[in-house]
Amino acid sequence: MPQYHQFDALIVGAGGAGLMAALHASKRCKTAVISKLYPTRSHTGTAQGGISAALGNLEEDKWEWHAYDTIKGGDFLNDQDAVDIMCREAIDAVIDLEHMGLPFDRTPEGKISQRRFGGHTNNDTHKAVMRACHAADRTGHMILQTLYQNCIKQNVTFFDEFQVVDLMVEAGKCNGVVAVELKTGEHHVFHSKGTLLATGGFGKMWKVTSNAHSLTGDMPATILRRGLPLEDMEFFQFHPTGVYKLGILLSEAARGEGAVFLNDKGERFMARYMPTLKDLAPRDICSRYIFQEIREGRGINGKDYVYLDFRPEEINKHLEEDGNPKRIDAHYLETKLPDIIEFARVYQGVDPIKEPVPIQPTAHYAMGGIPTNNDAEVLADETGRVIEGLYAAGEVACVSVHGANRLGTNSLVDLVVFGKRGGIKMADYVNGASLREINKGDAHKAGEAQLERIRNNNGTERPGAIRKELQKMMDADVGVYRTGTGLEEAIDKIKELQARFAKIKIDDKGFKWNTDLTEAWELGCLLDLAEVTAFSALWRCESRGGHFREDFPTRDDMNFLKHSIVWKNGKVEIKDKPVRITRIQPQERKY
Amino acid sequence: MKITLKLKRFNPETDKKPYWKEYSLEVDPTDRVLDALQEIKWSQDGTLTLRRSCAHGICGSDAMRINGRNMLACKALIQDVSEEGGTITIEPILGLPVMKDMVVDMEPFFAHYREVMPYLVNNDPLPTNGRERLQSVADRERFDDTTKCILCAACTTSCPSFWARGEYVGPAAIVQAHRFIFDSRDQAAQERLEVLSEPDGVWRCRTVFNCTEACPRGIQVTKAIGEVKDALRTGVIE
Repeated sequence: MPQYHQFDALIVGAGGAGLMAALHASKRCKTAVISKLYPTRSHTGTAQGGISAALGNLEEDKWEWHAYDTIKGGDFLNDQDAVDIMCREAIDAVIDLEHMGLPFDRTPEGKISQRRFGGHTNNDTHKAVMRACHAADRTGHMILQTLYQNCIKQNVTFFDEFQVVDLMVEAGKCNGVVAVELKTGEHHVFHSKGTLLATGGFGKMWKVTSNAHSLTGDMPATILRRGLPLEDMEFFQFHPTGVYKLGILLSEAARGEGAVFLNDKGERFMARYMPTLKDLAPRDICSRYIFQEIREGRGINGKDYVYLDFRPEEINKHLEEDGNPKRIDAHYLETKLPDIIEFARVYQGVDPIKEPVPIQPTAHYAMGGIPTNNDAEVLADETGRVIEGLYAAGEVACVSVHGANRLGTNSLVDLVVFGKRGGIKMADYVNGASLREINKGDAHKAGEAQLERIRNNNGTERPGAIRKELQKMMDADVGVYRTGTGLEEAIDKIKELQARFAKIKIDDKGFKWNTDLTEAWELGCLLDLAEVTAFSALWRCESRGGHFREDFPTRDDMNFLKHSIVWKNGKVEIKDKPVRITRIQPQERKY
Repeated sequence: MKITLKLKRFNPETDKKPYWKEYSLEVDPTDRVLDALQEIKWSQDGTLTLRRSCAHGICGSDAMRINGRNMLACKALIQDVSEEGGTITIEPILGLPVMKDMVVDMEPFFAHYREVMPYLVNNDPLPTNGRERLQSVADRERFDDTTKCILCAACTTSCPSFWARGEYVGPAAIVQAHRFIFDSRDQAAQERLEVLSEPDGVWRCRTVFNCTEACPRGIQVTKAIGEVKDALRTGVIE
């Protein structure tokens, strides 16, 4: 028999969104946080450059500008009422983080310091604006640490290193989760009135990615298996500046401080494509032009990478070209960007102060995910019907605030704003609801069956080999550039890999700390998510934001100014729903 | 290049005691040690068990004892720890109970972390204008180094005082205490210093410097501990 626990509210995942929800929910009801990692291992901690909010600490700024930039950056697929909420509430959210103890860098007056970031502009001058609040280039680390510190202060209940493998959803209502305790291999039933999912992204379906090994989309895949849909899965962000071959992120903050892209001719090519914002154009655009340079033979030495140049003297030259009076030196960069300078030194053997750094786009962020409304309630279909007691926030959710392409820093804004909203909404709900009955003896069986099938399967395929083939294929066919033919081939390949996954064999048949088992289960999640990603990408016959179809190279607002909603009940089915447009009409995207 | 990984293995369900096992594999010199471990797990032996997540030195999951020194497996490149044809010896960090292979019980480590009140305490009313508290650039700079800590335990589990006595709060917890004691916004320095003046507090540090050498974030751990000792000795926090 599994162990049984009962809470008013459960939070799955202990990154920024989960911990923010926990801080607010646990003040209002009996709450537990369940995470497959120790909370401080969560991927929020790797966010580098900043969290945007129109504080206006260094120059004029307005939340309405932040909202407009977010919508334009998202290629007009964002739901605009949600964007307004995010950008308006971002200001108080950042102030709250400071009050909680977050050590932001400071301006000479002692206020929170801010820097420029891609796509964030003064809407009057169209020039880059200082909006990203930062703590060196470890802003995400400081957010994660600060939230966890406050959870300790508030005595929040944690179940660390418990991996959730199933959601108890019945008749449109969620009654909690089933989890495996990694230390023992035992199953636990967590029975609750409310459950909030905050498990982050699923970038591990690609090989070159900034994502952690743990980002395998466990909850989105479980949503699909429970007959519920995902939204906008064709939109995955490829960040332009990953460490060549490894994909480790080098923050956009480098370009915020003045770094530029160079091709093999030593040309600052973004100035040619985007004359106003140049290297600070949004990520989808930079990634596409990097690949265009490479395709046209201007990759470094004809290879598949370009340079990110942040040598101080070069930055000063470009600042002068751009009419910016600011000048910097090596010490300044070592203070403002210590971590990414070290990444280049450690992983590439390149000293960015002295030489340009080889970079290539890296799979980074899921704009799509579990559909929610503006209060983080999970939606059951394209009509907006809510699953009672189920919430999602942060990267795992699709509100949609990011539309077809997320602006830099907005992931952190999203998780603090919607983590808080979700935590409060869930607490309000559970305080007025009663616990629904479940069959305590049977509740864990569907989750357990998935794991036992893998543990006992006596096939011939190694999960590690299947994972490698999936990642290689996704890089090639479901990357920055996509075609109908390539996507059809991708779907065939995924089906072949799913068939082989049914014939796997793992080496570890034990129970305690069996990561052979949990990794194989995670691979099954990635395969399902890859399938709906490729199908959604094939469905969207246009190019918008992070989704570029070479066979349909322009945006098609007549036919595709709408969200995709995808189910996988046996076969994949796609429906759509309209984009909520309030203030800002779609227009051509120029920078 | 071809290398051998000599790994300390222990499975609580089948083994009475730990044993060494060797694996040979082909790697690039610039691969991370973590890449080699994952390659073994994926291609040779799925039972190999370790914690890992971000794979670039930020999440703090994969501290291990590599050739006798604490490092993050994702931050140690093969070429920095082995010659062509060489052997890399890897075992779990010391001083915490081994649960399986490289996975140790982190709970005693986090218990020490919680002892030092690792959170900002400030009971003054918030600014009435609804904005941030002000802090000078110099005041912020004062505790910058210790904000880098990722709680990987590389420092604490390299410390002979901690090996000798697990009740010692350890360098990581002192680093966390330092981060708040020297934050001009904080008001609980005295409470933290009281905890650290206990017999299992800061005085068990014998300035061996293992912690500073082990820190993958480059934190001057021994210096931070020294500043806490000074604050206790002088009663002055500056």
